[in-house]
Amino acid sequence: MDGRLPKDANAALLSNYEVFQLLTDLKEQRKESGKNKHSSGQQNLNTITYETLKYISKTPCRHQSPEIVREFLTAMKSHKLTKAEKLQLLNHRPVTAVEIQLMVEESEERLTEEQIEALLHTVTSILPPGPEAEQQQSASDDVAMDEEDPA
Amino acid sequence: MFVLVEMVDTVRIPPWQFERKLNDSIAEELNKKLANKVVYNVGLCICLFDITKLEDAYVFPGDGASHTKVSLGFFDDILIPPESLQQPAKFDEAEQVWVWEYETEEGAHDLYMDIGEEVRFRVVDESFVDTSPTGPSSAEATSSSEELPKKAAPYTLMGSISEPGLGLLSWWTSS
Repeated sequence: MDGRLPKDANAALLSNYEVFQLLTDLKEQRKESGKNKHSSGQQNLNTITYETLKYISKTPCRHQSPEIVREFLTAMKSHKLTKAEKLQLLNHRPVTAVEIQLMVEESEERLTEEQIEALLHTVTSILPPGPEAEQQQSASDDVAMDEEDPA
Repeated sequence: MFVLVEMVDTVRIPPWQFERKLNDSIAEELNKKLANKVVYNVGLCICLFDITKLEDAYVFPGDGASHTKVSLGFFDDILIPPESLQQPAKFDEAEQVWVWEYETEEGAHDLYMDIGEEVRFRVVDESFVDTSPTGPSSAEATSSSEELPKKAAPYTLMGSISEPGLGLLSWWTSS
């Protein structure tokens, strides 16, 4: 590596959805331009964009849109969370209280049980489930649920 | 997880006739130089985001043996030390996997951490090792990924799964 210092190491946080859009557009552009003159030099870019896209495509941001993100951020205003916490909720779409506790620092002091429920409701009603949640949903629909998780 | 970082760089490219091609070749050069490479103290570079007139912005994920190795697919060097597993934990020699000895009133349940299972972990630390070659920077011109010493990973994440909600996803979802 050159060891070039970035001007500002944390210039901006990006949501997984933004990265998903960026990489999808990049993939389209590269397909359209067609040429492979520099294919050996572009191998690293191909690898990293492919793998990252693969990872993100399995997460809830897969079905997000700019409108959904906007709606989510508006709804989040009343919950008094930090930018980083809102980003975690956006990226991971928690469905249980224990997940909220992981993503919101000192949640026991900052949120009551009702507030956690309200937060979960906001998150799950605005953000679409990811591809894996959909698979779990169709699997569990066939089986009767009574045992809860070991929490 | 992913951040946008601004960098200033001088890229040497051959002269092109049309301005559009100029921007494309700058983008290509920068991606060639940085995509899938670790930038010291920042993280793993994914790709070029945009070229502004004077500066460039990049996308990185960051923030932030007996070790359990975890992979995101696009990044592999993630370790969870034994003390950061769900406690109490033991290593099952026969199965060669770690086990969470989960206790309830009925007794201990052994929850196995099978290889290939999806886990949720928290990043607790990151470490950068300067693996840049000590030779002149003209070495960049060749495909440098093979020249990096294979022993030290330039960027390693330390993870933990010792909180409620962490560990195998199957431990926490109702089914």
